[in-house]
Amino acid sequence: MATEAETGGFNIHPMDQFIVSPLFGDGEVHWYTPTNVTLWMAIGVLCVVLLLVVGTRGRAVIPSRHQSLAELTYGFVHKMVEDVTGKEGLKYFPYIMTLFMFILVANFLGLIPAAFTVTSHIAVTAVLALAVFFGVTILGFVLHGKKFLGLFWVTSAPLALRPILAVIELISYFVRPVSHSIRLAGNLMAGHAVIKVFAGFAVVAWVAPLSVLAITAIYALELLVAFIQAYVFTILTCIYLKDALHPSH
Amino acid sequence: MATQDITVVTTEDLAHESASGMPQLNVETFPNQIFWLLIALVAIYYILSRIALPRIAAVLAERQGTITNDLAAAEELKLKATEAEKAYDKALADARAEAQRIAAEAKAEIQGDLDKAIADADAEIAERSAESEKRIAEIREGAMQSVEIVAKDTAEAIVAALGGAADAATVNAAVDARLKRGAA
Repeated sequence: MATEAETGGFNIHPMDQFIVSPLFGDGEVHWYTPTNVTLWMAIGVLCVVLLLVVGTRGRAVIPSRHQSLAELTYGFVHKMVEDVTGKEGLKYFPYIMTLFMFILVANFLGLIPAAFTVTSHIAVTAVLALAVFFGVTILGFVLHGKKFLGLFWVTSAPLALRPILAVIELISYFVRPVSHSIRLAGNLMAGHAVIKVFAGFAVVAWVAPLSVLAITAIYALELLVAFIQAYVFTILTCIYLKDALHPSH
Repeated sequence: MATQDITVVTTEDLAHESASGMPQLNVETFPNQIFWLLIALVAIYYILSRIALPRIAAVLAERQGTITNDLAAAEELKLKATEAEKAYDKALADARAEAQRIAAEAKAEIQGDLDKAIADADAEIAERSAESEKRIAEIREGAMQSVEIVAKDTAEAIVAALGGAADAATVNAAVDARLKRGAA
């Protein structure tokens, strides 16, 4: 594919946008090197501050537009946590809010042309998903001890089926972080790569209008995906948290 | 120096090769991403849990409180309005009853006056008619006496004309007897 495109006069590098490169100089990427990852995460943190801290500095009973937005975001996640996990899950609301805000802001920032999408990297999403996985598992054992294993022992099923179900449940439990992380990174990466591919086609004059239309359409779709993936990641986190809080089926 | 240059070139080539594939799978950048991710997450967590979330929660709670208070106040005002309406209705009913009472009293008083006036009038009429009857009786009496005198005179004159010696006492007795018989 890539060689064909290059020989055909195209110069499409849809994956170049995902390259992690140092901000200063052109050296190696050490663990401490400030890179474009650093830059865009910092911008993300700033956006969170701008939305949730600067927006609410008035503390008005009748909110401004900016404050309404902050309250809406707060209410959205708060309600999600409460609906899925119940009242006792609200203790973990700040952690879930942190995840949601990070992913949401990173997804949307990634849609700015020439931006770097940190959530399109499996390294980032895997850390998020593993944090959720380990956090929830440890929490389950701390709260319920051995009873947490009841999550895998489906008491409502016939006794003969239970061992088989337990194996399936166990596998699905350990697959959770994989699907959890790849879903997010994969969606973001695919969308951005497709936009880049269409952008590459715009070099050819007679395809250009079609290409621009397609980019517009996919960009709109990606806006939706940016929100939905943040939402999906968060609600799955809530569901896993619910399993830890109430392991019995 | 030379070896270092060569190694740099090769790593760059390698990086470029892997970049033309999937930069996501370039393990060399993982520590960097994870490091900065953890810093970003911790920063967001502290900003949210220390500043943003308590503040928004407080604002929402305050708003809820305000709304609840306002609703309670509205309910109270509504109750007051209902009470005022009741009081007004009661005052209206009282006034109406009072008016009726006064009207009834006035009517009774007028009736009494009227009855008294009628009674007075009746009494006067009765008195006057009694007086009239008395006078009529007197007049009748007078008339009877006059008739008697005329009858006696006439009888004496007739007796004298017939040539008899008229004894006044006998004539009188005869006339009286006749009158009594006539009256009977």
